[in-house]
Amino acid sequence: MMLNGFLVVGALLFALGATGVLIRRNAIVMLMCIELMLQGANVTLAAFSRYLDDQAGFVLVVFSLTVAAAEVAIGLAILVALSRVYPVVNVDQLDSLSG
Amino acid sequence: MADNLETTVAFWYLAIAAVGAGALMLVARNPVHSAISLVIVIFHVAGLFVILGAGFLAVAQIAIYAGAIVVLFLFTLMMLDMRRLPEERVTHRQIWLGIPLGILLAVEGVVVSIGTPEISESIKGAFPPATVSDLGGSTQALAVALFNEFTLPFLGASVLLTAATIGAIVLARRVEAHEQADFPQAASGSATNDTAAQADAAEPVLEESAR
Repeated sequence: MMLNGFLVVGALLFALGATGVLIRRNAIVMLMCIELMLQGANVTLAAFSRYLDDQAGFVLVVFSLTVAAAEVAIGLAILVALSRVYPVVNVDQLDSLSG
Repeated sequence: MADNLETTVAFWYLAIAAVGAGALMLVARNPVHSAISLVIVIFHVAGLFVILGAGFLAVAQIAIYAGAIVVLFLFTLMMLDMRRLPEERVTHRQIWLGIPLGILLAVEGVVVSIGTPEISESIKGAFPPATVSDLGGSTQALAVALFNEFTLPFLGASVLLTAATIGAIVLARRVEAHEQADFPQAASGSATNDTAAQADAAEPVLEESAR
């Protein structure tokens, strides 16, 4: 059964993305790592959809693509707006609110 | 889909390449290299979608992710001009917690994935391969599900995209001088002298690129 193989790939991609969000400090790379996590979720959804003979997972992947596009557009717009005030992308330096 | 030799070989290649490129994305110091690795991951995941019999999703994945999202990332990287910014530190205190937690999450995910029970006939959905081929293919089956069962979420997704587009335009718009007076903290703020000096240096460049 190859379902397990797809699930392992999805889990590994998700774990890599989560690790990247934790260890990278560059805000743009962190956004890319969130995309990697979404990719892992997409693989899992599509694999379950295929092996359960259901279309719901594929439809959810379409919505996941939509959400990813919206998230990146807003996230990068926030970074561009932020860079006008503070020209840093290292999230450790964006600590004005931490008191 | 029969689990024949060709599919198995293709699956292993795509799986190893996708995970390997994902790992490369984390270790690349240059954000542009991370973006290129993300493109590699996206193309290999699209290949996995083809193995799963979802050709439309594979094409949509390449068009939206590689064609739009990664290009947006690269545009932003060029606009922010990384060379002028201070280098990202290689080690910091979060690495010592982040890497063990990531490994724990990976092990946990793999253990759960390997232990998935066999799928019984009773929980299978309404689209067995025979029905899919009767409908004319996987794309038609996806359309049948999307425009019957999921019509309302589909319309909601269009509202989400419209809201995101308007939000991105409002956020990335250049703040006019008289509006900036409302945010005196933003101009000088609590930034260190170092970053404030960089802000002054960067301001004319950003203004110029915005025009």
